[in-house]
Amino acid sequence: MRHLLSTRDLRRDEAVRILDIAEDMADVQNREVKKLPTLRGKTVVNLFFEDSTRTRISFEAAAKRLSADVINFSAKGSSVSKGESLKDTAQTLAAMGADGVVIRHHASGAPQVLAQSDWIDAGVVNAGDGTHEHPTQALLDAFTMRRRLHGTASRGRALDGVRVVIVGDILHSRVARSNLWLLETLGAELTFVAPATLVPVGAETWPASVGFDLDAALAEVRPDVLMMLRIQSERMHAAYFPNAREYARQWGLDDERMAALRPDTIVMHPGPMNRGLEISSGAADSAQSTVLEQVANGVSIRMAVLYLLLSGEREALS
Amino acid sequence: MSEQSYLLKGATLPSGAGADILIEGGRIVSTETGAGHGADVAVVDADGLVALPGLVDLHTHLREPGFEQSETVLTGTRAAAAGGFTAVFAMANTLPVADTAGVVEQVQALGRAAGYATVRPIGAVTVGLGGERLSEIGAMAQSRAGVRVFSDDGKCVHDSLLMRRALEYVKTFDGVIAQHAQDPRLTENAQMNEGALSSELGLKGWPAVAEESIIARDVLLAEHVGARLHICHLSTAGSVDVIRWAKARGIQVTAEATPHHLLLTEELIRSYDARYKVNPPLRRDEDVQALREAVADGTIDIIATDHAPHPREAKECEWDAAAFGMVGLESALPVVQTALVDTGLLDWAGVARVLSQAPAAIGRLDGHTHAFEPGSAANVVLVDPAASSVFDLERLHGRSQNSPYLGATLSGSVRWTFHEGFATLRDGVLAPVAEAAVR
Amino acid sequence: MARTVLQQADIARALTRVSHEILESNRGADDLVILGIPTRGVLLAERIGELIGGIEPGSDPAGMVGALDITMYRDDLAKHPTRTPQPTQVPRQGIDGKTVVLVDDVLYSGRTIRAALDALNDLGRPRAVRLAVLVDRGHRDLPIRADFVGKNLPTSRAERINVRLSGLDATEEVTIEG
Repeated sequence: MRHLLSTRDLRRDEAVRILDIAEDMADVQNREVKKLPTLRGKTVVNLFFEDSTRTRISFEAAAKRLSADVINFSAKGSSVSKGESLKDTAQTLAAMGADGVVIRHHASGAPQVLAQSDWIDAGVVNAGDGTHEHPTQALLDAFTMRRRLHGTASRGRALDGVRVVIVGDILHSRVARSNLWLLETLGAELTFVAPATLVPVGAETWPASVGFDLDAALAEVRPDVLMMLRIQSERMHAAYFPNAREYARQWGLDDERMAALRPDTIVMHPGPMNRGLEISSGAADSAQSTVLEQVANGVSIRMAVLYLLLSGEREALS
Repeated sequence: MSEQSYLLKGATLPSGAGADILIEGGRIVSTETGAGHGADVAVVDADGLVALPGLVDLHTHLREPGFEQSETVLTGTRAAAAGGFTAVFAMANTLPVADTAGVVEQVQALGRAAGYATVRPIGAVTVGLGGERLSEIGAMAQSRAGVRVFSDDGKCVHDSLLMRRALEYVKTFDGVIAQHAQDPRLTENAQMNEGALSSELGLKGWPAVAEESIIARDVLLAEHVGARLHICHLSTAGSVDVIRWAKARGIQVTAEATPHHLLLTEELIRSYDARYKVNPPLRRDEDVQALREAVADGTIDIIATDHAPHPREAKECEWDAAAFGMVGLESALPVVQTALVDTGLLDWAGVARVLSQAPAAIGRLDGHTHAFEPGSAANVVLVDPAASSVFDLERLHGRSQNSPYLGATLSGSVRWTFHEGFATLRDGVLAPVAEAAVR
Repeated sequence: MARTVLQQADIARALTRVSHEILESNRGADDLVILGIPTRGVLLAERIGELIGGIEPGSDPAGMVGALDITMYRDDLAKHPTRTPQPTQVPRQGIDGKTVVLVDDVLYSGRTIRAALDALNDLGRPRAVRLAVLVDRGHRDLPIRADFVGKNLPTSRAERINVRLSGLDATEEVTIEG
């Protein structure tokens, strides 16, 4: 694997391989010495054009546990915010000898532009681009589902027949898109639920069912997995829905809806949560919630991805 | 003036007839096969070449004044000559904006001094393209530049009342409003055609309705006030339907499509390669097919390039940050041949109509409407339709290289261009700058 | 042309002898941990565990045998396409204070064993580490030697040793090629 830009172009065997390697990485997380010497001498740059402390520290922990050197390049307050181009930034990182670039960018496709360019010959990991994709989030979500559903018998398995409902701002969510393609590849059955204003045009062509009514969807699907997406307050101001109260009432996971779930339905959230808006505290803190597992699993998944991108011989440019 | 005379021997006219075209003193003297000529005539072997009237582009961004790092009148008209154009209409979104007689006269004078093509400035409809107050339309119309086409292109004249007034006012000067149809609120920060693909790629959508609703409003306004209206760069099947309906009602509307909207689709954007970023955006294949048919049946009157040069840094970046636009003068005829002639939708007479006669008529441009009649201005282009080649950087002669066709194979090649009898392109080679300038 | 140097019976005899030697040197099966290095070392470690269980009544082969993956510790990762790591499984009792016997099929440059010692170091602190191999073919790059050897096999660097074990392969034999 040379880059990880999206889940859409991951084959099933590649996806399962990443999840399996993440199992090995998770084993390492459980021992006293949590470090591996694998990427000693390699340099990973976290190139963040958008604030995301959670994602950045997760990648940072992953790279450090593989013994890579980590450089954090935050575009806020740097020359980038003064108009330096992606090209100049990339060439600067290349001159510093970066082997891997973990990029978070507000523009969809920026990681792909970087990977396709001749500005830098580094492995590129998409850590979230605009409203396009966030592939490591989807991989850690799949990993979390697989561990909850199959336990120690997870290795080698996909998610065939697993019923997943994802609720919230599908329109602006890169997490939803990455989950869409990965869950399809792994054989899960996906349903999106959102107000019609937050369903993307053309979503009817996607490999997922789309509904507007959360209660109807939960009653019909009886999901194995319920994933709540973060709702951003600026959406209210752009008339996607009238106000927070109406959103919470229609599409929030409140205690009542939580109680109606199957007792073994797992509840996921990519974080950070708006408690009381898309998810109640009762739901977020319940035994069915995997919120903290997702954080821990994020490090394992990112270790697996960095290992696959940076440890082997550099593959020829495709 | 002792200008070089030419005999274009064995050319094929748009009608399909063979002709020996004799050019003397800037005029076509004869098209009779085998007619005699003097000894000082340069003979061009035009066997196998199609002769078209000089092409007219109603929609060119020459960028001067103000954006000379992208293009100048000189470099833009050299690109035009290389593409077979003998006249270009220069859009008003320069800096300063072409909203006064001074600016349009300057642009026209720069074109005359360069000597590669007739440059007809387009005047802005509103001051500074601000969409609030009418610019000095009368002064521009009566200036030496003789402006007849007015457009805020790049921006839509979206205020309904202002658009009505503009349509009415230009009637006074036999002018026409060329509308860039784009509802601004529906396309805030829009990046590509809105549909399943924009949703997948996470790029903000530019819905077809944002174009179609403005066209629908404007044809009704044009009908109401009895004015001429021209719609720039149609890009959707729905827009074609609206124009077809308007024409059936007898509304004085003309419509334009660009070569890129006749060949390229939104699928190219999967690469996030900003060379494909253009406004209006590349659409679906259904739209491309509808536009092609509309050109073939005359619903769309003309093809214009929307030649929009941008410097490298405006395209070598992430998609959202990139500028809209593509250069198109040098590739226009090969694209039209590939999309319309090779597919059997248009014959060469049709090409002459949509790329020369009709745009000249809309822009009130003399010297192109009576092509190949003895005594008419010698604006002629010779095309080799059998040539098929990879479009590469050597084919580009403007200052910018933002062509979506680099690396693509296109049919046809422009060999010779004659502007009022002067050969601006000579078997694929541009006339020297100094020679063109002293005509 | 491949030439068979050990047949199934030879391999069985060699492993039986090695198992006896391990027990003799450890004075029994107490505090013994046998870790195979994937892929064929794991199979050999399981067989040695079973043999020890047969020889030493009361010993628990399942609680003694595990797998130690060394992929992440290799010094040649950048010289090959990315390798897929295999699971590491340490017996529940851990390795602290134990005698760990590393098991591999072929001992050659010694680099695999170097990586295994590093991997072991990150897992805990054994009392002693020993090395058992089915074949020692010579040509060491590092100062490493085996404590228990099934068969010493002098080779040239140009030759190839193939170990095939039933359970993973269609046949069970050791061949030499080249």
